[in-house]
Amino acid sequence: MANKQDEKGTNNPGLNTPLLDELEDGPWPSFVSDLKQWSETKPQVAQLLNQLEESYENRWNYWTGTVLNVSGYGGGVIARLSDKADKYPDLAEFHTIRVIPPPGFVYSTERLRNLADICERHGAGILQLHGLTGDALALGFDNESTFEAAEELMANGWDLGGSGAALRSLQCCVGQARCEMACFDTMKTTRGLTNHYIDFLHRPEFMYKFKIKISGCANDCANAMIGSDMPIIGTWRGPMQIDQQKVAEYIDEKGVEHVIDNVITRCPTRCLSLKGKELVVDDENCVRCMHCINVMHKALLPGKDRGVTICLGAKRTLKIGDTMSSVIVPFLKLETEEDFENLTDLIDRVWEFWNDNGMDHERIGEFIARVGLGTFLEGCGLEPDPRMVQSTRTSPYINFEELAPGRFEGESEQQPKVWNREPESSEAAG
Amino acid sequence: MSATKLAPRDQGAPDYIKCLHPAMVKNYGKWVEHERIRPGVLVYTAENGDKLYTVRAGSPRTMSPTTVRKICDIADRYCDGFLRFSMRTNVEFSLTKEEDIEPLIEAIKTELGFPIGGTGASISNIAHTQGWLHCNLPATDAAGAVKALMDDLIEEFENENFPNRVKISTSCCQINCGRHSDIAIIVQHHHAPRINHNNMQICELPKVVAICPAAAIRPSVVNGNPTVEVVDEKCMYCGACHGQCPSMEIRDADTDTLSIWVGGKGANTRGGPSLMKLAVWGLPNNPPRWPEVSEAVRTILNAYREGAQDWERVGEWIERIGWQRFFEKTGFTFTKYHIEDGPNAMWTYNRSTHVRI
Repeated sequence: MANKQDEKGTNNPGLNTPLLDELEDGPWPSFVSDLKQWSETKPQVAQLLNQLEESYENRWNYWTGTVLNVSGYGGGVIARLSDKADKYPDLAEFHTIRVIPPPGFVYSTERLRNLADICERHGAGILQLHGLTGDALALGFDNESTFEAAEELMANGWDLGGSGAALRSLQCCVGQARCEMACFDTMKTTRGLTNHYIDFLHRPEFMYKFKIKISGCANDCANAMIGSDMPIIGTWRGPMQIDQQKVAEYIDEKGVEHVIDNVITRCPTRCLSLKGKELVVDDENCVRCMHCINVMHKALLPGKDRGVTICLGAKRTLKIGDTMSSVIVPFLKLETEEDFENLTDLIDRVWEFWNDNGMDHERIGEFIARVGLGTFLEGCGLEPDPRMVQSTRTSPYINFEELAPGRFEGESEQQPKVWNREPESSEAAG
Repeated sequence: MSATKLAPRDQGAPDYIKCLHPAMVKNYGKWVEHERIRPGVLVYTAENGDKLYTVRAGSPRTMSPTTVRKICDIADRYCDGFLRFSMRTNVEFSLTKEEDIEPLIEAIKTELGFPIGGTGASISNIAHTQGWLHCNLPATDAAGAVKALMDDLIEEFENENFPNRVKISTSCCQINCGRHSDIAIIVQHHHAPRINHNNMQICELPKVVAICPAAAIRPSVVNGNPTVEVVDEKCMYCGACHGQCPSMEIRDADTDTLSIWVGGKGANTRGGPSLMKLAVWGLPNNPPRWPEVSEAVRTILNAYREGAQDWERVGEWIERIGWQRFFEKTGFTFTKYHIEDGPNAMWTYNRSTHVRI
């Protein structure tokens, strides 16, 4: 890194980026240095950097969004036109292609090289691994090369990701491929749902976007709980697995105070206690938060009867403020084909009710906030469950359908119903 | 349309099995424990005793094919031709030979210049958005801001010196694609959108009116052409309309500022997920290195490291010590703007006499 200063700049005479050059200093790998060198191969990257330099100079953005679709697809291309196309002609059309990555972002070098080769052949070749959308992003295609690149990508087994009011590319953690905490097969579920619902991913037909993210346990490495409309999170039934021998070893190694401070008292439902060097768990009250397992990960493991908890509704603050996910299915097994059908049946119901009744641009969390979870459950044909709420309601104003007295004859035909019954005594009326 | 034969459509997600290291295929679902050997290096053990080492390196996310191929070269040499990217854009190299760890790390450092770390109680790579490089809405940059900040925080990436992990995100507009994090940097606008009445024909006006969360936009006519107007007193400068209609320009290079939010958490551990809250506002949008942001982030990190107990994330630490102490320890000023005025405002007030005096 010491001679980083000497590596600055390239032989590309068209580059003029004094502000960006400052981002070549410092120990963190610099995308500016990388792209500057790459601009010797791809002249349009020099134009990209020069335009970015103007953004830095003027604190202003020079991209306009537009729409471009590959034949048969309603999304997957993020089309951009430069406002400075007169000055930077190669940026006149400069689009991003979203590519569905292998679940868990795993690659063979053969596949990754193939992706890079295709993107280099047709466009600027810049790759982003990965976008927060869950896609592998390839930047820098004009209209024609977008189509050419997409065809070659698809001929090589790649497919376009989601964009717009559609199911978005699914994301999952590494799961059972490399983690002992994963309570179900996140990669298989991700690929299974992606392929089952590929029509909804490629052809936007929803009220607005719908994101599914999948984590093998409550640690939620896929950022599903606050970053997706439908988090699917691994969990288990019954007691967690405890190796009391290793618990004792951990206590011997760290000391009992450490275990009390970092494990016992950090349990959110206070269901842990120590009996000598034995860990005692009030299994009934364990909420599977994973904290104690994270700390004593050699002694503790999730239980053996595993499945998922499914939530709904997270999105960031626009427009009604943040919505967080809340539980919609407390526990679902997810191992067999039949289990998978139960999951797709749930998704079908949820989508149908949301899309039949939602408003334009209304994410499912906003929709549930508007109509109420009770109405939503009824609409989806789901049974209410106390595990779906933190508490019961505080407002006493309720339309109890079972308790409301009958209306006057003929009233039930009125839309909307009108309550026009007279007071029973004149005293009450007076 | 040309008669060219189209490639197959709707193939979906690639087969991950073909993208997994052989040891992952062999032990899929059979891992029993892991250990962090040192920051950035983990070992996973399967029930049959197989071991898989994983080295995590920080990437700049935006990469040329040259860099991607260098990553592949290294994975070919040490990792049987397989690799993985993490959620926070780190590259993970997995290998079975313990003796190859050092040469692998050496190759990553010298050939890629990527740092090793991002595991455990460290600061992982910053989740970020597209910024001026390629978004149509940004008021600041993403990749550059991350580069500048990680230059400053690289030793925190390479070590595990915090009470718990710290996740940082940046967002270039108020839509906030960077999401909730322990520490999040967000742009803020300070006046109502300026309307280009001559270019409203490109927008669907009913949608522009409907998307406003503050009901501040209403139909109007200017020079005989249909357009909208914005009620300034109602507008909260969120920019929802700007995303819907580029002629509603919300950004202003002269007045946009940056703010820092703390305490977001997605994991269900302990108290469960939490939203981030406002810590500092009014920082200048100051490219190319945003030094004021780096300084404020560093201040929060120092106070967190000093004050938090083991396993407390930033939000849990603040919840325990209270916001009064947070402002004392960081030296930031609490203002009326820190008090919520959104739909859930009253639930954020101190509704007890629990006061640290």
